[in-house]
Amino acid sequence: MKKEKSPVWKAAKAAFPHTIPIFAGFWFLSLTYGIYMNVSGFSFWYPMLMSLTIFAGSIEFVTVNMLLGAFNPLQAFAMTLMINARHLFYGISMLDKYRGMGWKKFYLIFGMCDESFSINYTADIPKDVDRGWFMFFVTLFNHFYWFSGSTLGGIFGSLIHFNTEGLEFVMTAMFVVIFMEQWMKEKKHTSALLGLGISFLCLIAFGAEQFIIPAMIAILGILTLLRTPIEKGGETA
Amino acid sequence: MNVTEQMITILMVVLGTMVTRFLPFLVFPSGKPTPKYIQYLGKVLPAAVFGLLVVYCLKGVTIFAGSHGIPELISILFVVLLHLWKRQMLFSIAGGTICYMLLVQLVF
Repeated sequence: MKKEKSPVWKAAKAAFPHTIPIFAGFWFLSLTYGIYMNVSGFSFWYPMLMSLTIFAGSIEFVTVNMLLGAFNPLQAFAMTLMINARHLFYGISMLDKYRGMGWKKFYLIFGMCDESFSINYTADIPKDVDRGWFMFFVTLFNHFYWFSGSTLGGIFGSLIHFNTEGLEFVMTAMFVVIFMEQWMKEKKHTSALLGLGISFLCLIAFGAEQFIIPAMIAILGILTLLRTPIEKGGETA
Repeated sequence: MNVTEQMITILMVVLGTMVTRFLPFLVFPSGKPTPKYIQYLGKVLPAAVFGLLVVYCLKGVTIFAGSHGIPELISILFVVLLHLWKRQMLFSIAGGTICYMLLVQLVF
């Protein structure tokens, strides 16, 4: 069989163009992430291992903070669940699309970051391209961009001679932008304001090291209590 | 933290991430309708979580000492302006980060 006619090769070629914008974005963020880990005092093995096994951008930045703080595995786990809770809803959306993918399904779910989900959920896959392989390659390419950028940032971070003080703000900027994107998409802002307000109050009440879990519980509790008015208010429409 | 504690922390993050990705496929194996409460949380939780994350990033800011959070405030406003102007994620993130770096290195 000629290489060009293989369904695997064909799917790879069809998937690649969809991932080019992700390449630019991931390299910017993952190089920064690798450099950030490097200047925080970690060997390149850390971003390499973490980008390979965690493969979820925002929590990896947060993990750097957690590794620099006191040992608290339960908080690390709870924090991860909360930050990545949105993946639950990606999963719910992909239940049908990932069905019947055999062994590939495991990797598709493992690598379901925001970007892999967005492409695999929205892409119009040509009829003559194998859907399983297409989604597999979207995930694989994204994973590779993230992994290579993080590792290179971790290796070459020490060679960077400009002053990197303040680079950690990249995480704040990223979450401000994500928050704004969410804000612009919704009609009412009850939940967004509750998230900001409850977190701020818990920060004051419990202090910087202890506020996350109480804030998470309070957010979940208050959103549950307010379900009826929020749904009636059309926020979830 | 020693290396073992660091590895346990990373492992917890891997585990947490995998739980959020695999759980729906384990709980809702076939095309059965998703419970209404879960659908509701799916719609309202992300906005609140992003608010929490913004506060989390700023938890180390001291209002009454050091630079009083002024570089953070200016840089966040700059991110917001850039994003309202172009609405290009990477542009806003890069601009805000450079703004902050310049402020903490040269001004404060």
